[in-house]
Amino acid sequence: MPKYEAGTFDVIVIGAGHAGVEAALAAAKMGASTLVLTMNLDMIAFMPCNPSLGGPAKGIVVREIDALGGAMGKVIDKTHIQMRMLNTGKGPAVRALRAQADKVLYQQEMKRLLEEQENLTLHQGVVEELIVENDEVTGVITQVGAIYHAKTVIVTTGTFLRGEIIIGDLKYSSGPNNQMPSIRLADSIRELGFDMVRFKTGTPPRINSNTIDYSKTEIQPGDDVPRAFSYETTEFIMDQLPCWLTYTSPKTHEIINENLHLSPMYSGMIKGKGPRYCPSIEDKIVRFADKSRHQIFLEPEGRNTKEVYVQGLSTSLPEHVQKRLIESVPGLEKAEMMRAGYAIEYDAIVPTQLWPTLETKKIRNLYTAGQLNGTSGYEEAAAQGIMAGINAAARVLGKEECILGRADAYIGVLIDDLVTKGTSEPYRLLTSRAEYRLLLRHDNADLRLTEIGHELGLISEERYQAYVIKKQQIEEEVDRLRQVTIKPNEQVQEIIRETEGTEIREPMKAADLLKRPEMKYDQIERIVPPTEKLSAEVEEQVEIFIKYEGYIEKSMQQVEKMKKMENKKIPEDIDYHAISGIATEAKMMLSEVRPLSIAQASRISGVNPADISILLVYIEQGRIAKISG
Amino acid sequence: MHVDTIAAISTPMGEGAIAIVRLSGDEAIQIADRIFRSPSGKKLAKEPSHTIHYGHLADPATGEIVEEVMVSLMKAPKTFTREDVVEVNCHGGLVAVNRVLQLVLKEGARLAEPGEFTKRAFLNGRVDLSQAEAVMDLIRAKTDRAMNVALNQMEGKLSRLIGELRQALLETLAQVEVNIDYPEYDDVEEVTIPLMIEKGTWVRDEIDKLLQTSSQGKILREGLSTVIIGRPNVGKSSLLNSLVQENKAIVTDIAGTTRDIIEEYVNVRGVPLRLVDTAGIRETEDIVERIGVERSRQVLKEADLILLVLNGSEALTIEDERLFEAVSGMDMIVVINKTDLPQKIDMQKVKELAGNGRVVTTSLLKDEGVDELEEAIAGLFFEGNLEAGDFTYVSNARHIALLHHARAAIEDAIGAAEAGVPVDMIQIDVTRTWEILGEIIGDTVQESLINQLFAQFCLGK
Repeated sequence: MPKYEAGTFDVIVIGAGHAGVEAALAAAKMGASTLVLTMNLDMIAFMPCNPSLGGPAKGIVVREIDALGGAMGKVIDKTHIQMRMLNTGKGPAVRALRAQADKVLYQQEMKRLLEEQENLTLHQGVVEELIVENDEVTGVITQVGAIYHAKTVIVTTGTFLRGEIIIGDLKYSSGPNNQMPSIRLADSIRELGFDMVRFKTGTPPRINSNTIDYSKTEIQPGDDVPRAFSYETTEFIMDQLPCWLTYTSPKTHEIINENLHLSPMYSGMIKGKGPRYCPSIEDKIVRFADKSRHQIFLEPEGRNTKEVYVQGLSTSLPEHVQKRLIESVPGLEKAEMMRAGYAIEYDAIVPTQLWPTLETKKIRNLYTAGQLNGTSGYEEAAAQGIMAGINAAARVLGKEECILGRADAYIGVLIDDLVTKGTSEPYRLLTSRAEYRLLLRHDNADLRLTEIGHELGLISEERYQAYVIKKQQIEEEVDRLRQVTIKPNEQVQEIIRETEGTEIREPMKAADLLKRPEMKYDQIERIVPPTEKLSAEVEEQVEIFIKYEGYIEKSMQQVEKMKKMENKKIPEDIDYHAISGIATEAKMMLSEVRPLSIAQASRISGVNPADISILLVYIEQGRIAKISG
Repeated sequence: MHVDTIAAISTPMGEGAIAIVRLSGDEAIQIADRIFRSPSGKKLAKEPSHTIHYGHLADPATGEIVEEVMVSLMKAPKTFTREDVVEVNCHGGLVAVNRVLQLVLKEGARLAEPGEFTKRAFLNGRVDLSQAEAVMDLIRAKTDRAMNVALNQMEGKLSRLIGELRQALLETLAQVEVNIDYPEYDDVEEVTIPLMIEKGTWVRDEIDKLLQTSSQGKILREGLSTVIIGRPNVGKSSLLNSLVQENKAIVTDIAGTTRDIIEEYVNVRGVPLRLVDTAGIRETEDIVERIGVERSRQVLKEADLILLVLNGSEALTIEDERLFEAVSGMDMIVVINKTDLPQKIDMQKVKELAGNGRVVTTSLLKDEGVDELEEAIAGLFFEGNLEAGDFTYVSNARHIALLHHARAAIEDAIGAAEAGVPVDMIQIDVTRTWEILGEIIGDTVQESLINQLFAQFCLGK
């Protein structure tokens, strides 16, 4: 194949999935000339699995991406068919928004954003090789021999690297949804010396809505109140489509047990490590044999299609068995299967080979993001994408790198977990992975991250001003409620009685009254109204801040402690093997992860507190040696 | 890590008329002020640096006066560690100094790791380069030893008990997490407030039981009550002297005791022993008869450990056998002495009579076998095999402090649950309780919650 020079860019993004699009948009917005190369322009931001975004932890990530100026929140706000706030009965820390997406509209809207973005070139092409000189990436070569030069390259190839689809005993080389797999690029990455692992994931069959008997299922409507992920969204979609709930039947379980020998999971055909949080229906029935039924959610894939996603029925059994499985579910007796479910195996990079900026340790200026790094989920991919885009552009523009901490964002938790601990299965964010989840709320993502997004140039001045005002209003209102006194008069007692609370006997500060579990800001507002009615978002923040002050305070103290350790930096050129006293296992792990700070070092599994103590002493010794020498 | 306030006994155990408990860290003065009562009511925080103050220490929870002390106040940076340092001078001896240490730990200080004061001094630029290696060696050596002890205790009863509490908490937590991360998953019952209260109260009560044994138990305050018995001239006094000489008596003849019983406090390989030798019994002709004496009976009854001494150069006598009968069912170590002389004792029979008790042989005259005896004592203690009396497995100051913290955390959780705070907030304190309990047995891996989640529930799309 004759090669030709095809152009020079600051940043090249390989892949236009959820990681790739965020990476490219962020880099271009920051002012880096950016090229996106995708195998197929019609598959931009495609959702190969469930048609939904958000949910616990993940929904907060979407808000965080938005607060950093990312696209995911804005696009889903325009293209969803349903939105729901989850966990409303619980505390503010775990509330989360989830949207059902119109898959096609989502893709179209995202493609439009890329096309309209300044500094961004969108091109269809299959990258086969990374050009690397002296351990530094300088460009890529595509299938047609086009050579693109770049200062930085971001690889976001999802599950395409040596992808293989498995259905029953059928196994063939393929990307998700029968797209072309990426073989040559996978070889190129391996040849550079990266450690790879084989992961597995799967998707359920899709069925035709017209053939579903919905009368045998329960309706799951969206919320009545307008909801949005993005802080910039002003137009809300109120015309929503419902989802439906049904269950497996004893017959379903029987079919699976009878056909287990045909499942590639159990026949040994699949070697890849699958995620525990996303088991196939075979897995569920084998591992939890005492459960008499499992939930099945029927989720429309969009407004202009009859295809329905059968959530809960992920499987890689042969197609004929899948057909019988579907027909065994109440409501689906006559359902037509449009696509079969399948399992997919793919190569992923061992993520401890990355710095927290998502640059690879081995090859300078090369970044990786998304499912390729061993995660699962559109939101996890997008989160890494935006951070890789920011850091690649920052490198090019000579700006400071951007690493979010575990107390800043779920994005920080995600990336720190990946690069510090690695992962033995496709990694999914859970709220329980965050130590400070009370601080990482759905409602305060803007307060946490807008400042950072603005400094990076990803947030418009207008939006920034709105944020500044909101922040100021919150502070002022909290101060006011701490100072203003409520006296026990009849009007006050009346309002307290409405909430079934105990009447007050002594005058008390408004903030203290609001701390009572049964009190809401609405009631306080009626007793001591502010000079000007505040927005619902500000009221919410004031209420949360005052009500949970004690808990927030406790978390903040823990964060302070951690930050002190975070500020103790480890020199990059440290030789762990030269430090006597550190246990051998710890030496190996430290050498592999190469933590940037003492805090990160202490999170590595296999590194114990004694090792950390010795490390601290050693670093201090080096510092003194430098001063005295 | 090295940002919190640490405390430790800074003087050698057991010697001297006074002992010093040292605190260092951001909160050292604050903690001291919470427990220090000066006659004039002054607060240390307001006093100038490098001054010394007379007063008492009181437990803020009960108001009870614990000790009469002199407190040295040294504010950062001109201190050994370059942090705020408070040194509490109290009466010497195991009892007093341990009570002071416990009090500061309860008030929020953390027990210093081996060499930690020096480490801090170094990290804050106080100690010069040449001392760095020594510090590292110190950390390493002492940690290894601590680890060994921890391993022994791991297999012990405390670790099993803590493990049970943690598992119960973990299961509840996993359920809460599933409710949060999988809100639509219908199979898991929503963890209700009453359930949280119920579990929390159970855990709190269990912690209380553990703490009760620790505060009533003799181990820390008084040592493991150990009675040496045996016929005349088998070597009881030699055994006592030998243990005392090797380990240095901590307290001789406690002030205020009116008993005619001699007690020697020794520290055998980290196990505090209160060696009890009844003066009367020692010189009597008929030991068995003397055991009949009410007080001696009492001493035996209260004993945690019996050291039964036999003369190996003589055959077993009726008296010996009656001694075995008198202490049957108790934890004991049989010491066969005088191995330097020709042996006439029927070992088979001794082992039969000893039952589960260990048998060691010594020649106290030649100073042989004492090491083995000490090992046997330490072994009994650390392996958690002692069951007698009100022996408690919670013997170490660090564990007691952690149990207090765990109790405070679960109490917070219960209080919040009763006040109607949302489950995911209550969960913060439940998680903390779980983590603190984990510190006792050296296990606080976050991953175990996630593992529990997926093992316990069937989740996913």
